[in-house]
Amino acid sequence: MLTLTHYLILSAILFSIGILGVIRRKNLLMLFFSTEILLNAVNIGFVAVSKFYGDLSGQIFSFFIIAVAASEVAVGLGLLVLWYKRSGSIDLDSIMMMKG
Amino acid sequence: MEKYLYIALFAPLIGSLFASLFTAKKKNIITGIVTSLLLAVSFVSSFMLLLEVHENGALHVKMMDWIVAGNLQLPFGFVVDNVSVIMMVTVTLVSTVVHVYSIGYMAHDEGFNRFFAWLSAFVFSMLILVMSDNFVGLFIGWEGVGLCSWGLIGFWYKKHSASWAANEAFIMNRVADLGMLMGLFLIYWQFGTFSYDYVFSHIAQANPVIVTTIGAFLFIGAMGKSAQFPFHTWLADAMEGPTPVSALIHAATMVTAGVYLVIRASELYSLIPNIGYIIASLGAFVAVFAASMALVNRDLKRIIAYSTLSQLGYMFVAAGLGAYWIALFHLMTHAFFKSLLFLGAGNVMHAMDDELDIKKMGGLYDSMKVTAILMSVASVALCGIYPFAGFFSKDMILAAAFNEGAYFLWFALFIGAGMTAFYSFRLVMLVFFGEKVHKKLGFHPHETYPFVLWALLPLGILSIVAGFFEHSFEEFTTELLSKYELHLSHSVEMMLILATSSIAIGGVLFAIYKYRNGGFSKEIEKSGVYKLLINQYYIPDFYKKAVLEPYYALSKFAWKQIDVKVIDFSVDLIAKVLYSSGEKSRKMQSGNLSDMLKWMVVGIVVLLALAIFYRPVM
Amino acid sequence: MFEVIAFYMFSALVIGMFGIVVMSKNALYAMSALAGGMIFISGFFFLLDAEFLGVVQIVVYTGAVMALYAFGMMFFDTTRDVKEDIRYEKIVYTLSFLSAIFILFIFLAPIYSTKVQAIYPSIEGLGNIQTLGLILFTKYLVQFELAAIMLLVAMIAGIVLVSKKMELKPDDEKEIL
Repeated sequence: MLTLTHYLILSAILFSIGILGVIRRKNLLMLFFSTEILLNAVNIGFVAVSKFYGDLSGQIFSFFIIAVAASEVAVGLGLLVLWYKRSGSIDLDSIMMMKG
Repeated sequence: MEKYLYIALFAPLIGSLFASLFTAKKKNIITGIVTSLLLAVSFVSSFMLLLEVHENGALHVKMMDWIVAGNLQLPFGFVVDNVSVIMMVTVTLVSTVVHVYSIGYMAHDEGFNRFFAWLSAFVFSMLILVMSDNFVGLFIGWEGVGLCSWGLIGFWYKKHSASWAANEAFIMNRVADLGMLMGLFLIYWQFGTFSYDYVFSHIAQANPVIVTTIGAFLFIGAMGKSAQFPFHTWLADAMEGPTPVSALIHAATMVTAGVYLVIRASELYSLIPNIGYIIASLGAFVAVFAASMALVNRDLKRIIAYSTLSQLGYMFVAAGLGAYWIALFHLMTHAFFKSLLFLGAGNVMHAMDDELDIKKMGGLYDSMKVTAILMSVASVALCGIYPFAGFFSKDMILAAAFNEGAYFLWFALFIGAGMTAFYSFRLVMLVFFGEKVHKKLGFHPHETYPFVLWALLPLGILSIVAGFFEHSFEEFTTELLSKYELHLSHSVEMMLILATSSIAIGGVLFAIYKYRNGGFSKEIEKSGVYKLLINQYYIPDFYKKAVLEPYYALSKFAWKQIDVKVIDFSVDLIAKVLYSSGEKSRKMQSGNLSDMLKWMVVGIVVLLALAIFYRPVM
Repeated sequence: MFEVIAFYMFSALVIGMFGIVVMSKNALYAMSALAGGMIFISGFFFLLDAEFLGVVQIVVYTGAVMALYAFGMMFFDTTRDVKEDIRYEKIVYTLSFLSAIFILFIFLAPIYSTKVQAIYPSIEGLGNIQTLGLILFTKYLVQFELAAIMLLVAMIAGIVLVSKKMELKPDDEKEIL
């Protein structure tokens, strides 16, 4: 039988895959992909909790997360393209402007 | 009547505050005039208080509470009784004369306004000292006069010797004040209060050992203020200050504060005659010691300073032997003629462009008749020659010494009288009469402003006539102080007077004779005794080697090794640690997004670990 | 029974897909794998009786977001392999492993209680979409409107960022006429 724990474990595994991607990837675009993974993992968690407690708030939350993710991608990609046009590279190691 | 008290007390303070508004400005004669006027007002109020106390007895005023903390109650209270009103009148009179004199003396000085601010502040502190009705108020005034004396001795602060002398005076006083503080602590411990009334009324029942200790400690404080041996070196060096300062502080007021303390605590000292005898012996020693140093000195003001030291010794002899009113009487007359001497010396210095070496003067009588007459009058009073003021007070002291059977002390004072006469007239002869050395050296002396001379006139008159007030003085002061009975037969008294007068007159004539014919030969300057005396028995050198240099080495050690290496180091260490940790953490901000993401995940992992292993007990 | 099989199958697929996204050197492979993973996640939503959300996931996420990524990819050279110079490789893998373990630990331990009261329980008789609509437009209306504004702003931002010809006034009215 499936319990909440199963889904939560799945969510945790996906989340850690996302974290791995975030810290491993040096290409900015790939970094965005990893961020998407994180968001999706969290979505699964919310919906699972919502199902197992009979409360719809989790699904509403997921809903909003999807909306936010969409707009984030829009703006982020716009910036990414601009940056690429300006500096010709989207390798993270070459973007050191915020060096403290 | 209380308004007279407040006027007398606060008029100098108002003058001082007024003058201090102008200290940074150029000379403004208004400061001198206003402060002198306010002091004259104070003098008149003191005189009214004198009449009041004469008729109606003492006046006690409690102005306000200062510290009320648990069992400790320190009020600002003032008492005007027979002793303090005499002091008030003396102090304010001499201060008024000195203020007026200073308008003329400091006329060309840049710090004119500052001088009057300090001077009036000094008078205010002295009045607090004299008028206070508890030991703590006395101590406040004590420290106040010490501070103002520092400011006034070091008035020409750009001169290194002046600031050195000011520091010496203040520090030496402070060291002696430690003794006074111990006395004050013991008083509080024993009696629970500092008020004179309470302490003196309960003193007879107190533990005699404690009372002796208190008396000894308070006297140590008095020793510092009144420059008794071994705290005497500051007085001669204090002549670095302007002459009016020497006249006011080191003749009439501050140095007499020690004598005042002993007189005020007369009920305490009469219970401990042993300490009193020690005080008297020390006083006699200082009288002779200082007079011997004045015999050979060439510095005009230093001679007068040593003379002050010597006369303070006389006062302490009287106070130590229990003849308190006699000490007070000598204090009063001494204030008049000593300040007159100093002020006259100031005139001479002014005329001689601040030259102090009396061997370079001579024959100034022709240029400065009035000053010469005034100084001669003061010198005669100092020597104790009938009918001038000094005769009465000095002879009473000698009679008291004889009366107590302290024949050795009497003999010492007797010799001291002779020496006093000699060096006073040595001074007068070398300065005013004799060969006009100054002409060869190119000085053009002239008499000072007329208003200054008019200001000196009251002092001159008082030096002559003050002695005749002896009986009314005795009556007045012994209402409060203990009477002193002289158990000498009339013939013995007469013989004593005769002996003292003869040695005094002998000293005068010897000096006149010797210095009319050119003084001692140069040979005498090579003798050992002369060298000893002119170097002040090498005591300042001794102090320098034995006290100053080790203390300086200790201070330097404490500074270099302890302060810099330990304290500064540990404080700087904190700063350095913070700074270096900041520098190292800066590397975290590499600007590389990937690195920063890694740091973020590190943080997440740490928080998760905390959540698991350190979560509050469920 | 059916659910269990579906769950495990979908999980394996999703984990595999996302693994490819994270580890692959080829950008195109990564993007395709991401799209696939999104679709499989919507499968989970259907399993969990959140049909509306499942459809939204496919339409918005896979359809819109991945299409955006695909368009973005056109700007970059995708034939070359992405060169990545991973510094501190050990730290990276340790960190992610540790975070995985910790989160798993938290989820495995019975830290959730069963006495939670549902605030917005699902109503019998209505399907998922109706219930969602009911709650969304009554209890969560303000958030809904704010999300709408946010989307508008994002759209404008996206246009402004990329467009270069904003200064041109439409002086080519003549062209229109």
